[in-house]
Amino acid sequence: MERKRNWYIWIGFLLCAVGFLSYPFFFAQYPITRDVPWATFLIMAVGLVFAVSGLRRAFGRPQVYKGKVAGSILGVLSVAVVGLFCFGVFYASKQLPKSAGAPQVGQKAPEFSLLDTNKQQVSLASLFAAPLPATQKPPKGVFLVFYRGYW
Amino acid sequence: MAEIEQLGVEVIAVSVDTPEQSKDLQKKAGLTYLILSDPNAEAIRKYDLLHSKAGQDGHDVARPGEFLVDSNGVVRWVNLTEDFRVRARSEQFLAQARQLK
Repeated sequence: MERKRNWYIWIGFLLCAVGFLSYPFFFAQYPITRDVPWATFLIMAVGLVFAVSGLRRAFGRPQVYKGKVAGSILGVLSVAVVGLFCFGVFYASKQLPKSAGAPQVGQKAPEFSLLDTNKQQVSLASLFAAPLPATQKPPKGVFLVFYRGYW
Repeated sequence: MAEIEQLGVEVIAVSVDTPEQSKDLQKKAGLTYLILSDPNAEAIRKYDLLHSKAGQDGHDVARPGEFLVDSNGVVRWVNLTEDFRVRARSEQFLAQARQLK
């Protein structure tokens, strides 16, 4: 009798891979699924359940289901994908240098002068001197947002 | 973002990208606030936010950090994340902007 194709192991791996890729391309854009990546973990958990059930029937009922070899390979890959994601989320993204010398609340913000996208010099002083379009008055405050950039 | 400006607070982004790269980003993402270029990390160093060699090709970048400065040039709020995935949310910015007299 022809043995059945063991779809569970393929679905399992696919879900783990989709879970991994959907984080940077989708879920990381929304703080609610970015800060604690519960949606990604949920997809991966379902994927691992499929992978384990697929493997169990490949080895438990080999006369009915295929997938001992493919299942083993995909099972290891699934775990590796989940492991890589956990490494990224629990370790790699936390490797930031301490910033002990950053200006603290109550301290004077260091002055700077940098080019904007139209190559005009902009300094803290110049920002507070120019009126905001929205209010027609100089700003009461400036949010400085430092980010990593393309590099 | 428009809401923050209505409260009289301007938003400025700073990175090591060149003005051209930042202009690209501005266009693609439809950003309205000013983006400043700090290719030699001068301002980034002054705010002690240098993350050396963490960018592509070992380039220095800034670690994420957010500051609210009042019109006297005094820092009123600081947010330094310990995880670059986790950054300040727009609600936090709004709440801080509202508190600013």
